[in-house]
Amino acid sequence: MAVPFGQAFADEDADLVVNGELEITVRAPAPAHLENLDEITSGWVYRSTETQAFQLDDFENPGMIFVDSGLESWTTVEGEAGESCASCHGDAEEMAGVSATYPKWNDDAEEVRTLTMQVNACRTEQMGAEEWKYDKPDMLNMTALLASVSRGMPVNVAIDGPAAATWEQGRDLYYTRTGILELSCANCHEDNYGNNIRADHLSQGQINGFPTYRLKNARLNGVHSRFRGCVRDTRAETYAVGSPEFIALELYVASRGNGLDVEGPSVRN
Amino acid sequence: MKRTILAAAVTGLGTIAFAETAPNDITFGEYGQIETSLSGVAGDPAAGLEIMVARGKGNCIACHQVTALEEYPFHGEVGPSLDFVGERWEEADLRGIVASAKMTFPESIMPSFYKTEGFIRPGNAYTGRAAEGEIEPILTAQEIEDVVAYLMTLTE
Ligand code: HEC
Ligand code: HEC
Ligand code: HEC
Repeated sequence: MAVPFGQAFADEDADLVVNGELEITVRAPAPAHLENLDEITSGWVYRSTETQAFQLDDFENPGMIFVDSGLESWTTVEGEAGESCASCHGDAEEMAGVSATYPKWNDDAEEVRTLTMQVNACRTEQMGAEEWKYDKPDMLNMTALLASVSRGMPVNVAIDGPAAATWEQGRDLYYTRTGILELSCANCHEDNYGNNIRADHLSQGQINGFPTYRLKNARLNGVHSRFRGCVRDTRAETYAVGSPEFIALELYVASRGNGLDVEGPSVRN
Repeated sequence: MKRTILAAAVTGLGTIAFAETAPNDITFGEYGQIETSLSGVAGDPAAGLEIMVARGKGNCIACHQVTALEEYPFHGEVGPSLDFVGERWEEADLRGIVASAKMTFPESIMPSFYKTEGFIRPGNAYTGRAAEGEIEPILTAQEIEDVVAYLMTLTE
């Protein structure tokens, strides 16, 4: 397509190597369940060269400050049981690979849990502590920590077995054209990735980089808050952060990224 | 401005308001075209230009590149360039496309700018909350006419 007016350029061929050593897969063959794409790509690919650069070095990545806060919580005893995350799970590095598998079916609870729900389950059931609010700083710091120790490991969420029904619900939501603008996630992120929509360069809307530090609001942003913003932009009534609909949508969107590496906390505009 | 003066003049004469066609009363042609003016008043291309570039209105350049609108930053690539669109299409075709693009291009990504029903989870503007009461079309009948008048200027 013709070069549009007034756009900043992205280097769509760049490779992501963190701290000069950790190679992150930002392009991968599409998983078999994805009928309409051949290749999947991380949102990092579509950002401007300047925005991409923040992720090359942990000292430049503003999201890493929040990982440090998450690490403080990890060892902090809270709640009636007198436990911290560390007292059961050991070093945070023991969680390497875990965030790559979420959302995930939990047999005991008989529900699909997002990473946020699992952390809150540990807080309430194991620690006797209060839940952290969905997509709010305490929780985002912790999920950023959990993502950071999985960086460079491929997203691999299960979509079969007891998770299948939730996954299908998520897929239906992904293709439903909502709001007065009648747009679905697929209209923007499947039919038009790589194209500009006004000042925005559309990505595939992958979530391997979450939580995401956005330069626009200078803080960490959660998956459901991002979904909420995108649905709102179709002039629709959104679903709530933490709602069953967004849990299903998160499972489905995560599965579209099976094969990309975890890169959170990522940096986006 | 011309429009308002004309409107005042007509009401002053005590005649009925203009024959405006409501979104549900439109007669589409075989290819989705709309032959008659939706407002009954000629479109104003200058007003149409403003609607084309305004984010809360048409925001047409979010998806379309238009060379004549080069001074307004950030043109999208989701739809085709609208350069020469006034040569490619008749006025009736453009009215149909702007009012209800899916009548011309089934399944199109392009929103319907003159539609009030049949939405899934319609919202109250960009608040994320549910729409209350009757849904207004994104553009009024006259705004559609203004945009169409502007598109007709996109010839050589
Ligand atoms: C008293 C013990 C205990 C404490 C304290 C605890 N957890 Fe857990 N955690 C568990 C157990 C047991 C499981 C397995 C739960 C299951 O599979 O249902 C688990 C599972 C997890 C998982 C999912 C692992 C996987 O492979 O799916 C995560 C993530 C997690 N905990 C994070 C945390 C965090 C963060 C904290 C602190 C805020 C914490 N846990 C505190 C006992 C604990
Ligand atoms: C009107 C267009 C549009 C629609 C519809 C839309 N989005 Fe987005 N989305 C954007 C834009 C613009 C961005 C910011 C640039 C980018 O990363 O694509 C974005 C970003 C995202 C991101 C962040 C990607 C990253 O790497 O940080 C996710 C995730 C996302 N969208 C998911 C969704 C989902 C799920 C839906 C449907 C519920 C949806 N979007 C619907 C336009 C849209
Ligand atoms: C969200 C994206 C989007 C927006 C916003 C949008 N369009 Fe479109 N438009 C398209 C697409 C995509 C097509 C191509 C038709 C198709 O779907 O096959 C199109 C086609 C057209 C065409 C036919 C072009 C040709 O030569 O074939 C015209 C004229 C047009 N649009 C005008 C407008 C006007 C005027 C506005 C604003 C009032 C607007 N569009 C807003 C996406 C959009």
